[in-house]
Amino acid sequence: MNERPFNDYSYQQFLNEGKIMGSKCKKCGALALPPRPICVSCFGSQMEWVQFKGDGRLAAFTSIVVAPPPMAKEGFGRNNPYIVGVVELTEGPKVVARIIGVDAKKPEQTKVGTPLKAEFLQKGEGDSKQTSLAFKP
Amino acid sequence: MLRKKKLARGVAIVGGGLTKLGLFKDRNSKDFFAEAYTEMIGSVDKGIDPGDIEAIYIGNFTNDFFVNQGHWGPIISDLVGHVPKPVTRTEGACASSALAFREGVFAIASGFYDIVLVGGLEQMSKRTTEEVAEGLAMAASPYEVATGFTFPGVFGTTATAYFAKYGASREDLFNVTIKSHNNAPLNPKAQFPMTIRDFMNARIERCRQKGEPIPNWKDERDFLRDPLVNPPIAWPMHLFDCCPISDGASCMLLVAEEMARKFTDVPIYVAGIGQGSGYSLHAKENLTSFEATRAAAQEAYEMSALKPEDIQFAEVHDCFSIAEIVHLEDLGFYKPGYGYKAVAEGAIRLDGPKPINTSGGLKTKGHPVGATGVAQLYEVWVQLRGKAGKRQVPNPNLRVGGAHNLGGTGGTCTFTILERR
Repeated sequence: MNERPFNDYSYQQFLNEGKIMGSKCKKCGALALPPRPICVSCFGSQMEWVQFKGDGRLAAFTSIVVAPPPMAKEGFGRNNPYIVGVVELTEGPKVVARIIGVDAKKPEQTKVGTPLKAEFLQKGEGDSKQTSLAFKP
Repeated sequence: MLRKKKLARGVAIVGGGLTKLGLFKDRNSKDFFAEAYTEMIGSVDKGIDPGDIEAIYIGNFTNDFFVNQGHWGPIISDLVGHVPKPVTRTEGACASSALAFREGVFAIASGFYDIVLVGGLEQMSKRTTEEVAEGLAMAASPYEVATGFTFPGVFGTTATAYFAKYGASREDLFNVTIKSHNNAPLNPKAQFPMTIRDFMNARIERCRQKGEPIPNWKDERDFLRDPLVNPPIAWPMHLFDCCPISDGASCMLLVAEEMARKFTDVPIYVAGIGQGSGYSLHAKENLTSFEATRAAAQEAYEMSALKPEDIQFAEVHDCFSIAEIVHLEDLGFYKPGYGYKAVAEGAIRLDGPKPINTSGGLKTKGHPVGATGVAQLYEVWVQLRGKAGKRQVPNPNLRVGGAHNLGGTGGTCTFTILERR
C-alpha cells in the first residue's frame, strides 16, 4: 500500500477498500485529504500515508433541490432533495461529502457543529462499482 | 520577497460598451459583441480610428460548451475588422473578462502596445437550465462535482457556515436582494429592471386575471419568505438569491496614460489591479471567506496606495446573495461578521455611504459569465464619468470606485480600482 502514488486515483482505491487515506508531509507534518503529491504548507514532496478515523463535525452544508444530471439520474431533485456538506475531521483536514441520516426536506433542523461519523456509500455494479464517502450523525 | 506592485506606465480607459443583457434566442455571440463594440467606438469623446487598435484580449468561459464553438479570439478579431492583429482569449470562469482587462493593462504597461481592446462575451440561452448548470459546474473543483455539489450548493455552504458563525439568517440575505432590485429599474441594460414590489404586483395581477386567490404578502420580505414564489434551489439559497442565466457582451478601450487626453477630457485611470487564486471548498482554511478575493484586494490596495475606506462605491460579485455579503468583508469594507449588519443598516444602498452594485448587480442586471468582469468595470467607468443617469451615485466628488469579480466557486478573483483624476 505504501507504493501507491499520492493522488486522487489512490484515494478512490482506498475508499473502495473502506479506508479514508490521506497524506502526511514527512518534512513539516501537514496532513492532506485527499492526498497531495506536494505539500502546500512547505512545498515538500516526501509523503507518507495516514489513515483517518472518520470522526468529525459538520462545518457547513446545503440541501440541494435542483440536482445536477448525475444526481437527478439517481432520483434526486425537487421532491427528493439531498444534503452535501463540509466535514471537519478530528485530525484537522476537511472533506466534502454527502450527509445522510438527516432530513433534507427540513434543512433548518440540521445544525453546523453536529458530530458525524463516516459511512461508505456504494454506487454502480461490477467494474463501475465505486465507493463514495458520506457522513451521518 | 514582496515588493510594492506597480505598473511600468499608467493605463486609462477612454471608451466602453455593454449590450442590454437578457435572453436573446434570435441573436448570437457575434451580434452581442458587435453591439458592445459599436457603443464603445461611439463613446470615445474625441473619436478614435478603429484601425489604431493594436491588440485584443477577449474573455469567454465556455461558449465551447454553450454553443459548441471554441477559439473565440479570431472570430471576434474578424468580426470587428482587426485581422491580422493579435487576439488572445482568457478563461477564468465567471472572471474571464476581468482577466482580459488585466492582460490588456499589462500589455500597455509593458510598453509593447499603446491602444488595446478588451472585452468579454457569453451566450448561455441556447441551452436548457439544467445544461447551463452542468456547464457552469465545469468551473467547480472536481471534488465538489463528484460529491453532488452545484454552484448554488457551494454558496449554500458559505451561507450556513456564515449563519452559524455570526448569527445571521436568511432574513439578512433578503436585504441584499431587495437592495439590488431597487437599483435595477434605474439601469436600462438590466435583464430584470424590476423591484421586488414590481414582482409582487405582477404576480397579483396574474392571479387576478386567472381568477386565482390573490396572495396577501405584507411586504417584500413576506414575498421572499413564500416558497411558492421563492422556492429553494440549494438551501438556504432560494431563487431570489441566485443570479439569472444571460447572454451578452462587454468591451473597453484601454490606452497608455500619456495619450489618454487625445481621446477624452475625462479619462478614467487604473489605480490598482489585483488577482488571486483560491482552494477547493474542502481545502479552504476559512469557509466564510474567499482567499482569492483577499489576495486580489491586497494587491490592488498595495498598488494604488488606497485603503478600503477610500473606495467610494463598488461592483461586488453577487452571483449569490451571500457572496456579496462575504466579499464586502473580504474587500475590507467591513470587518468579518459585520457585512450583513452594514447591509441591514442600508450602508450599501444607492443613497448610502458606500453604494454597492449600482448596476443592480449580477442578480438583476444579468450574468453572461464571460462578459461580466468588463461589464462591472463598465459600470464603474460610467459612474466615475457621471453618466449613470438615474442610478448615478449622489456624490458630487466621485473619484474612486472598485470592481470585484469572482470566477467559479472562488478559484479566480480580481479586484480593480478605477480613479478619476
